[in-house]
Amino acid sequence: MFEAIAFYLFAFLTIAMFYITVTTSQALYALTALAAGMIFISAFFFILGADFLGAVQIVVYSGAVMALYAFGMMFFDTTRELKEKNGNKLLVTGLATVAAVLIVVIFAAPIVGDNITALYPMTEGAGNTQEIGIVLFTKYLVPFELAAVMLLVAMVSGIVLAGKKMDLSLTLMSDAEIRDMKKEKKKKVLS
Amino acid sequence: MEIGLNHYLVLSTILFSIGLVGVMRRKNLLMLFFATEILLNSVNIAFAAISHYYGDLTGQMFAFFVIAIAASEVAVGLGLLVVWHKRHNAIDLDLMSTMKG
Repeated sequence: MFEAIAFYLFAFLTIAMFYITVTTSQALYALTALAAGMIFISAFFFILGADFLGAVQIVVYSGAVMALYAFGMMFFDTTRELKEKNGNKLLVTGLATVAAVLIVVIFAAPIVGDNITALYPMTEGAGNTQEIGIVLFTKYLVPFELAAVMLLVAMVSGIVLAGKKMDLSLTLMSDAEIRDMKKEKKKKVLS
Repeated sequence: MEIGLNHYLVLSTILFSIGLVGVMRRKNLLMLFFATEILLNSVNIAFAAISHYYGDLTGQMFAFFVIAIAASEVAVGLGLLVVWHKRHNAIDLDLMSTMKG
């Protein structure tokens, strides 16, 4: 009973938040609505018993991703509205719905549902975090390490792309060049 | 009324189509990134629900990797967006019709 109430409440809230995100013309409204939607999605994870996933969802999305978007929005002129020329609203909505249903059918068709056996069944008496740790560090160790390397690459590329003067390398420059650069910087500060 | 797997899958489909609408009709690149986040999150709900109803942890593991991929996508995408905004002073999708840098 309570599960049903919670499910419908959070389903309504999530759909409303994401609808606002998609339709609003203000970037700030979209950002806050998206953050709220992420928090509401974590509620589903808690209902489903995936506690660790819910915590990670809150930490990563509303903590890291939203902060990153907020910092990114400082670079952009968000007050200026972009002209969205949307030709046929009905067509776009219909196409999106058809595509979503098709994707679900394509992936659900081979799974008839009866002949599924759990690959890594949940162990009795262990908490969700414990189970996830066991499976992640035994069966999924290599993907885990690959994900770590990918995050490192993404971090380095983010710094290089957004930083200033990233095409210069101090180690490859001679001392004279570095001295010249420092002098120029001082001149710029004084003038 | 009992909540079954189908409820979650329907919810996931609805959220996915909302995200697809966003991807199709927005011209602002920042909004496009938001819509991509919605897509990834809707799939995460489906993964967690299947993981719960079949008693299998694989779905949750995949949801974790999806979150990791989403985080790195945001980092790289926002970096590229900042570079583009510095160069062209706009984040309109229609300006990116040519691939010349």
